[in-house]
Amino acid sequence: MEKKIYIVRCGEVALKGMNKPYFERVLIERVRKALKVFEDTEVKWIDGLMIARVPASVPEDEVVDKCVRVFGVASVSPATKTSKDIDEIGRVAANIMSALVEEEGIKTFKVKGKRADKSFEIKSPDIGRIIGESILKACSNLSVDLHNPDCTLVVDVRREGTYIFRRKVRAVGGLPLGTNGKGLVLMSGGIDSPVAAFMMAKRGMTIEAVHYHSYPYTSQRAQKKVEDIVKVLAGYMGTIRMHVINMLPIQEQIVQNCPEDETTLLVRRFMMRIAEAIASKNGDMMLITGENLGQVASQTAEALVVTDFVVNMPVMRPLIAMDKVEIMDKAAEIGTYEISIQPYEDCCTVFLPKHPVTKPKLARIEKSEETLDIQALVEAAVLSEEIIEIRP
Amino acid sequence: MIYLDNSSTTRQYNEVTDLQYKMAKENFGNPSSLHSMGFEAGNLLYDARKEIEDELYGNGIAIFTSSGTESNNMALISSAHKMRRRGKRIITTKIEHPAIIETCKRLEEEGFLVDYLDVDTSGSIDIENLEKTLGHDTILLSIMTVNNEVGTIEPVVPVFKILKRYNEENSTSIIFHTDAVQAFGKLPMDVAPFDLISASGHKLHGPKGTGFLYMNKNLKLKPFITGGGQEDGYRSGTENTIGIAGFGLASKLACENLIVKTHDMGKVNDYLWNGIKSEIKDIRLNGAEDLGYSLYDNGKRCPSILNVSFYGTRGEVILHTLEQDKIFVSTGSACSSNKTGDSHVLQAMGRSHKEIESAIRFSFSEFNTIDEMDIVIDRVKKAVDRFRKLGSFR
Repeated sequence: MEKKIYIVRCGEVALKGMNKPYFERVLIERVRKALKVFEDTEVKWIDGLMIARVPASVPEDEVVDKCVRVFGVASVSPATKTSKDIDEIGRVAANIMSALVEEEGIKTFKVKGKRADKSFEIKSPDIGRIIGESILKACSNLSVDLHNPDCTLVVDVRREGTYIFRRKVRAVGGLPLGTNGKGLVLMSGGIDSPVAAFMMAKRGMTIEAVHYHSYPYTSQRAQKKVEDIVKVLAGYMGTIRMHVINMLPIQEQIVQNCPEDETTLLVRRFMMRIAEAIASKNGDMMLITGENLGQVASQTAEALVVTDFVVNMPVMRPLIAMDKVEIMDKAAEIGTYEISIQPYEDCCTVFLPKHPVTKPKLARIEKSEETLDIQALVEAAVLSEEIIEIRP
Repeated sequence: MIYLDNSSTTRQYNEVTDLQYKMAKENFGNPSSLHSMGFEAGNLLYDARKEIEDELYGNGIAIFTSSGTESNNMALISSAHKMRRRGKRIITTKIEHPAIIETCKRLEEEGFLVDYLDVDTSGSIDIENLEKTLGHDTILLSIMTVNNEVGTIEPVVPVFKILKRYNEENSTSIIFHTDAVQAFGKLPMDVAPFDLISASGHKLHGPKGTGFLYMNKNLKLKPFITGGGQEDGYRSGTENTIGIAGFGLASKLACENLIVKTHDMGKVNDYLWNGIKSEIKDIRLNGAEDLGYSLYDNGKRCPSILNVSFYGTRGEVILHTLEQDKIFVSTGSACSSNKTGDSHVLQAMGRSHKEIESAIRFSFSEFNTIDEMDIVIDRVKKAVDRFRKLGSFR
């Protein structure tokens, strides 16, 4: 079967020292997994370059779309491979170019020569010049424009052969998934938490999620919305396990026994405690939240101190210093934004106090909690968890 | 399961389902076919049409459509287009179903002028106000028979008389349409020769995807969907024979002993209302207190609907609490509960945001019983109490 070649470039993995082979091994596994849907595909490291060979019948964009979602990949180029004979290279390049002239009406071009194989006798600038001449000979309507060409053709001469490509599609970057531990994200239906999860996963962390609801004070549609969001994330990270917990019993206790202006904060403290318990049980090393300094009353500096204080585990807040607009842009880029803005209420909004406390004092909050049997409430909540696996 | 969302949709009669099953397997012919299978399908269609026409007054024909919404679209658009040379004023009410209101907006874009009549606090239009609104360039009047959210029976019979006189005195020929989606099969509809009546199959234990527009034979509207000339040329497209036959049978079954059934439904409705009233404080009925059993009882409430606001709660939360006990109700109109924003009907009735937010609609069918209502009263009380205990600080 005829195969099409794709050059998959890794980003930061290339900068690793002693651990590089490990990262490379994980990354190639991730790419293989992503391309598994296309039968008869092989992915190999060839002389420091990851090369995927996919049947030519699969549309180029589909393959590229899969590759750019793999954490650790920096860019992807659909390419043509040929020999190291300069005349042969010229013929192949001319063929590619004349096809482009026909398909896209390209008028100007330039050729960029590269020589990874330093034993190759022609130097980089000369490669560009020679191949450019071959193309000009074959396509009479084309002219060279070194500054603003319609199309730049890269000719990369390497030890095992020559790659010719035109596009270099930017990918998500980051580090291969699974190379940096496992974390539990507190996932609401909002805009922020999916972005937080994505950012940690992008640095190689395996992600689990916990979602809190208050059914029947929230609707089943609100949970469906969260599942839809996690499904988008699963498109990057593979199947994600989500723990689902009903906060209503705890909320009822808080509302009936504690000061009104502290309710949101007290509920958040319970969410953190429950998350920690779930994380310890499942081998998650840290918690991840979408908290963002000053965004709402429960995310003021004082409130964060009070929330953070209940857990002994590190809490990662990758969005802490971002602006809301930046987070929204990021969410749109990932593809969760449109789902997040659907109007179903999640856990937090039903019991919103009229005037939530913005500068809480830890001592006062702890005093407010004295009337509650914290341990029993947390244990009951953990016991009531429902686990769902969300596939891409 | 206690199903109290019958104004959204109903469970099909078993007889209807059986008939449809049988037809799907055996009588699947196309009425336009010349062979005997087509002939038989045509006969079934004829019977269904007859069933429905028998329940209505006057010399009209029932044109089968895909839904109440399509019937309303056809009624308004075809009438307006037919009458465009005589005038461009249309009169309707502020509490119509979106199928009417959105269609009116579309006609406004085409250059027609629409008056939306106000309603009083129980959801009824004012006849004198309507009379004042009529003019020489009025071409169409569309007033729903029974409101879908609060059950108010609109004064369509008095309006019919006023309109008849007005047309005679001013030699106008204003068309009178009524959206009877919530009335057909609930109240006797054979009291006045409306020019146009819309109804829907799935509201009276018939199949979804069926509706009709009953049209006065003298009216001769333009075809709404053109094509192979089915439905006397008014609505082309191969007939949904299985749906239509189911609709016909459902109409027959729903209208059998209708007066007895409506009164029974009224007893269940009253029982629930009295129970709620005596058990739960701080509530408000949305709609008329008294129940009505015919179109002459205008201003009263159709026995199929009870709409109540429970102050200090949120309808949606009560709904989800009740669904845990397999009791199914609705907040306002089912069609609009996915949209943000308050019910336009309750707004037109002058209800505040708090009242609208806390409104629950119970809607009945002939299958609901008094015994069920004892459970419903108990569960509603528990749900409201629980919410109020939590929400006391709100």
